[in-house]
Amino acid sequence: MPATTKSAQRQRKYTKSNYQEFRQGYLFLTPAIIILGIFIAAAVLFVVYLSFHKVNLFTGEYTFVGLDNYTRLLGDGMARTALKNTLSFAVIVVPIQTILAMIIASVLDSKIKGRYLFRTIYFLPTLTSSSALTIIFMFMFSVTGPVNNILIRMGFLETGINFLNDPSFALKVIMVMNIWSTIPQYTTMYLASLQDLPGSMYEAASIDGADSIRKFIYITVPYLKPITTYVLLTGIIGTLQMFDQAYIFSNGSGGPANSTLTVSLLVYRYAFGTQNAMGYAAAIAILLAVIIMIVSFTSEKLNASESDY
Amino acid sequence: MKEKKAKAPSLGRAMLYVILIAAAFLTLYPFLWMVAASFKPLKEIVGGNMSLISPNMSLDNYTYILGRSSMFTRWFFNSLFVSVIGTTLNVFINTMAGYSLSRLHFPGRDKIHHFLLVLMMVPGQVLLIPNYLILQNLGMLDSYTALIIPSAANIGNIFLMRQFFVNFPKEVEEAASIDGLGRYSRFFRISMPLARPTIATQAIFVFMGFWNSFTGPMLYIKSEAKYTLTLGLQSFQSQNAGTMWNQVMAAACISVLPIIIIYLIFNKFFMVGVRMDGEK
Repeated sequence: MPATTKSAQRQRKYTKSNYQEFRQGYLFLTPAIIILGIFIAAAVLFVVYLSFHKVNLFTGEYTFVGLDNYTRLLGDGMARTALKNTLSFAVIVVPIQTILAMIIASVLDSKIKGRYLFRTIYFLPTLTSSSALTIIFMFMFSVTGPVNNILIRMGFLETGINFLNDPSFALKVIMVMNIWSTIPQYTTMYLASLQDLPGSMYEAASIDGADSIRKFIYITVPYLKPITTYVLLTGIIGTLQMFDQAYIFSNGSGGPANSTLTVSLLVYRYAFGTQNAMGYAAAIAILLAVIIMIVSFTSEKLNASESDY
Repeated sequence: MKEKKAKAPSLGRAMLYVILIAAAFLTLYPFLWMVAASFKPLKEIVGGNMSLISPNMSLDNYTYILGRSSMFTRWFFNSLFVSVIGTTLNVFINTMAGYSLSRLHFPGRDKIHHFLLVLMMVPGQVLLIPNYLILQNLGMLDSYTALIIPSAANIGNIFLMRQFFVNFPKEVEEAASIDGLGRYSRFFRISMPLARPTIATQAIFVFMGFWNSFTGPMLYIKSEAKYTLTLGLQSFQSQNAGTMWNQVMAAACISVLPIIIIYLIFNKFFMVGVRMDGEK
């Protein structure tokens, strides 16, 4: 059936006004297609092409090197450090931001006085640029800054810790900052979903004698499962690509002692730093993109198979 | 609103407030410090004084960064220029594309729709190197164009607008067409004005994206006179690290202010936008 209707449609003669509509349709799409075509579609093809070449930025020379850029990765200690930093960043940041966002959202969802004020306050970090945020946090954690002062006053420390220049602390400061600044976004997503949770579910649970914590664990958390998948996915994609905060924090170096070197920062340094290794940087960027896309596909598949029940 | 248990036991209720206030305090604290430090002299900031208010507060830091010896005012207007032009272009380009994908019938429409869905999956980081080289070949490096044009269309917002026009009654336009209005005047004089709330949501998020963007300006802009605020802030900080926190904080305050004002005025659009993202 559908096949015959389709061919019938195809054989149908288009009228003049049909052609006019085609023209309008393409015309309205043209600006978007040109921009997305050049800066996304062509750019993807170009980066794949680059990854098989050695690029000399100064002479504009491209030499084909086959898979060299990819095999070079295997023996690259810097790449291993960057991958380790990025993965530990994702593994620590993503669960914490997800859990905290879920808790805050479910508290905000209860009929509590002043929840609109709280909601407005919580949203503030989302509005702030990564450069302003990073600078505020660098100030907070500087040797003479508020965090050190609090710790000294409470008697935990004798003198201030140099959080920013100590390799064992630097990445942790960025983690704290990242968690702090991403929670609001995920809280809002959870809140939107909680609006649709039928209140009768809670009532039934109260009649059965469940307290708030049990209600949270047995009703809220399972109900939010689909949105949690989405939050986790967004969190993983975001943390794996983390760049701005690490760049500003270390002024582009990934220091101290490569402790804040993320994969994206490494790509930047190889491509635009003194190494002038754009082809190699392109190969690393592609591998990162492939990892991200695999994560997205897997979690979407998992989510789809679960909602079949 | 849905019905929930009106009054929980008072202990539980107190717990909820403790959590909310603690979270609000942790959220606000860095901002309060930023504001407080922007009015204080440097000596006091690095001196370990923990109180937010001090008798030595003044507008000196603001006078300095807004004064002639600093590029700050210039960076502010660069950001404003790029964000306003970029947002305007996005609004027209995305709305037209969304309209075309939902309202107009032409061969290949579904293919284009799918193609855009695939493009949306591409992570932004992988595009930095090729886009740098493309802009270099187009002779656009170190120009405002480099900041505006690559971001002048946005797939997420094209779909946002498409969704709006899918749900928008056709009859309104049909009536206008009986009145003798052509497609273009119908779009610009009727459909687009009626889409105002959705366009506002789009515009706010696009503006915020341009205003806060860092990676693009950092890669594409070389001359200090063309810096945006985010880039200027970073350079300000890296030049003055550990020394001029007072001025850096005043600069950070000014950079955050426009977005906070927009947020307070257009609060409801923010929630709509996030909801759209959240619900996919």
